[in-house]
Amino acid sequence: MSKVPVNYKRTDLQSDQEVKWCPGCGDYTILASVQSFMAEMGVSKEKIVFVSGIGCAARLPYYMNTYGMHTIHGRAPAVATGVTLSNPDLSVWVVSGDGDSLSIGGNHLIHALRKNVNIKILMFNNQIYGLTKGQYSPTSEEGKKTKSSPYGSVELPFNPMSLALGAEASFVARSVDMDRDLTAKILQEASTHNGSAFVEIYQNCNVFNDKAFDQLTSKEGRVANRINLEHGEKVIFGAEDEFAVTIENGEAKVVKRTDIDDSRIYVHDITRKNPSIAFSLSRLSHGPYGPTPMGILRKVQRETYNDDVFNQIEMSKASKGEGDIDKLIRSLGTWEV
Amino acid sequence: MEEPKLTVQNKTVESIPAVTIRFAGDSGDGMQLVGTRFTDTSALFGNDLATLPSFPAEIRAPQGTIAGVSSFQVQIADFDILTPGDNPEVLVAMNPAALKAHLHDLAPNGMLIINGDAFIEKNITKAGYKLDPRESGELDGYRVFEVPMEKLTKEALKDSEIKGREVLRSKNMIALGLISWVFNRPLEGTIDWINNKFAKLPAVADANIKTLKTGYNFGITVEAFHHTYVVDKAKLPSGEYTNINGNIGLSWGLVAAAKLSNIDLFYGSYPITPASDILHELSKHKNFGVITFQAEDEIAAAAATVGASFTGKLAVTGTSGPGLALKGETISLALSAELPMVIVNVQRGGPSTGLPTKPEQSDLLFALYGRHGESPLPVLAARSPSDAFYTAIEAARIALKYMTPVILLSDNYVATGSEPWKLPEYKDLPSLSNNLTTKLNSKEGFLPYHRDMTTFARPWAIPGTPGLEHRIGGLEKEEGTGNVSYDSANHQYMTDMRAWKIANIANDIEPLVLNGNEKADTLVLGWGSTYGGITQAVNRLNEKGVKVASAHLTFINPFPDNLAEILSNFKKVIIPELNSGQLIKLIRERFLIDAKGINKVAGVPFTAEELANIIEEKINE
Repeated sequence: MSKVPVNYKRTDLQSDQEVKWCPGCGDYTILASVQSFMAEMGVSKEKIVFVSGIGCAARLPYYMNTYGMHTIHGRAPAVATGVTLSNPDLSVWVVSGDGDSLSIGGNHLIHALRKNVNIKILMFNNQIYGLTKGQYSPTSEEGKKTKSSPYGSVELPFNPMSLALGAEASFVARSVDMDRDLTAKILQEASTHNGSAFVEIYQNCNVFNDKAFDQLTSKEGRVANRINLEHGEKVIFGAEDEFAVTIENGEAKVVKRTDIDDSRIYVHDITRKNPSIAFSLSRLSHGPYGPTPMGILRKVQRETYNDDVFNQIEMSKASKGEGDIDKLIRSLGTWEV
Repeated sequence: MEEPKLTVQNKTVESIPAVTIRFAGDSGDGMQLVGTRFTDTSALFGNDLATLPSFPAEIRAPQGTIAGVSSFQVQIADFDILTPGDNPEVLVAMNPAALKAHLHDLAPNGMLIINGDAFIEKNITKAGYKLDPRESGELDGYRVFEVPMEKLTKEALKDSEIKGREVLRSKNMIALGLISWVFNRPLEGTIDWINNKFAKLPAVADANIKTLKTGYNFGITVEAFHHTYVVDKAKLPSGEYTNINGNIGLSWGLVAAAKLSNIDLFYGSYPITPASDILHELSKHKNFGVITFQAEDEIAAAAATVGASFTGKLAVTGTSGPGLALKGETISLALSAELPMVIVNVQRGGPSTGLPTKPEQSDLLFALYGRHGESPLPVLAARSPSDAFYTAIEAARIALKYMTPVILLSDNYVATGSEPWKLPEYKDLPSLSNNLTTKLNSKEGFLPYHRDMTTFARPWAIPGTPGLEHRIGGLEKEEGTGNVSYDSANHQYMTDMRAWKIANIANDIEPLVLNGNEKADTLVLGWGSTYGGITQAVNRLNEKGVKVASAHLTFINPFPDNLAEILSNFKKVIIPELNSGQLIKLIRERFLIDAKGINKVAGVPFTAEELANIIEEKINE
């Protein structure tokens, strides 16, 4: 992607459309984070494309003064794949929700990540179906009572970080709507990552699933439960930095620092080729409850789908020359009458 | 290597205008290859021809059973033909099952060449015969030639490096060599082809060439084959020809359309029979800038194609019936977003998995109406392998000019059958226009739904174009701005506008052309792959004094403007279709005429003879 010196204000990235999420929705904060970041990303806005599926989050492209397409439920990663393959010079962003990405669009998500298509997928996870007014989603906690589960949901939710890592994602990170600094930092890292990026952003739905992320956003929870992952740093957390994460027999564990020597604390390395440790970190919580890893779990370089596709085209042009229709239609042998 | 002697003292050569040959054997016997080679040799010789491959959906169906029989029929002629023939005059049966499956089609006194070595008790029983058909009398009335193909193969390869079970894999070459002798076809082309194909496996190439020559020499040696036949070059319009099947014709048409529009081709697809060959063919031509995307599923294939269209590609997705069902929602998105896109549907027998390797025209109404909401789009159908080339270009022309998804129908008969095609020059093909723009179209900013009022097409501003940033989507859009609109009058207007846009295309397409006797009382109207059968049937009827005309639709939506007038000139309209009556519903509803259908869903195309008989009956009704 070509970087051009562009100097935008946040308002330059705002479209003229009135934002229509419910008052108090976490989406407003995320939109502000995204617009602020885009103003500073260094890419001119005609080269930015937002593609979304269906759901509350999927309305975001309408509010961005960039190119955008609000498509159909679950298919945004596939549409975005077509966009980036058609013009690799574009900065292509998918905006999605937990239902859109993990339920109806699960197949497209895992294959885009596996292929390492150069698109950035932002999944706003509110653990509920908001736009259809409150059914349990594939990230809702087991036992959740909703309109469609009056006796409690009987489904084990997905762990989106684990899912993405299992799908060979080269960039996996998590933020939360209220933490604009962390979101901005992750967006920055994602934007410069050559390949697919999967970013889960916990997003409060104050109408249908209020306070779902309280354990990570409340005054006490924020300090007690957030395991802030920093590349190259020891993983330490807690109000008094009294907890740490170790890797024992390949498994991440939360330990009291008083119980171990500091040398055993895991030093976070986002560039590890083998995703096992990142996966193990993702298993420290199965949802936003108790100690939960936040930040970038994985960022590794591997060949992108885009580069491979264009290399084959360039090599073919170099070896065969530009296509000639008259030659093509005579390529199976001809005869004269 | 010793060349076969071409002079045989008592050889006679009878000139015949046409012959239909069917090769039949186990699906592992290589009958498709034998048929294709004989076809290509005949094409290069200058015959007109048409082919009908038929094979089971299973890759290796149970050996020796009727279910496992694969066949290839080719008609070669010294005149212009349109079908692969009705009843074959020559049948090559590699085993009892192939004989059982195909004997009933062989013309009376037809030539029957059987691989005698395969007629052992086990195979005879497996085929469902109680008695050995060679001894039961059921081959009476045919000219039977029993050839020990396996013995000949083993003998030919006794000194070869090929050993064991691999030896008999070459036995199809005995059949090809022998038929080449009987129809005076040279072996050189096939020898070159074998050497090329097995360049890295010289022992295999050598084995195939040896058996091919053995089959040919068997004809020289055995007096029974000394009466041979020749089908002269066809008196076709002069020019340069190639032999082409419909999947390749369609693929090349798409590549040409991209070049003609100066827009690169994007083809998104998921493997499905019988459309996969389009993906295979297009993925070879990356030097044309073609991007092929083998998607994770049918929906992703269509969705990526929509993304490519939004980003300025000639965006095409291809599939067969079940896949079209999965793509429905995405096509509606393209329709609502008013993006150019071509959806290729190579029809096969349905419903559900149906008959994946057999032709049927049963997706017509689905192509027209298989979407939610009011969602009209143009529907075109290719009528023959070479026509698929031009119809693909036409589908792209309409999509780009009118900013709409277009469904292009083919079927298994067009897709896998082949015919000679008089090659066009690229410079004579039409250039294709589009709605790409880099300019603001109003003082207030860019209006993505501000239409061209002759085509009703909206401008196509693609990502990367400075100043034209805009958002579109599946929600209803306000005319002009493209902003989300729930306004009731606007929805009515946009719905009407999308319909007008498609209806208006009728002014921009070739008028329907009449064939046969224009003053007849009866018109036979068709679409798609029934073209060859209908035209041949109508021509035959006129030759024998039965007055009848025919016309063949490329556009089923919108209909060409002159269709109403043409229909009004005939007292009787007959509509043959490989479905239970779909075009006929459209014609009856639109024109309020009492059209009569001829319908068949038997997994095989109409033969010209079959159609001629029924049409004559209906004329006399």
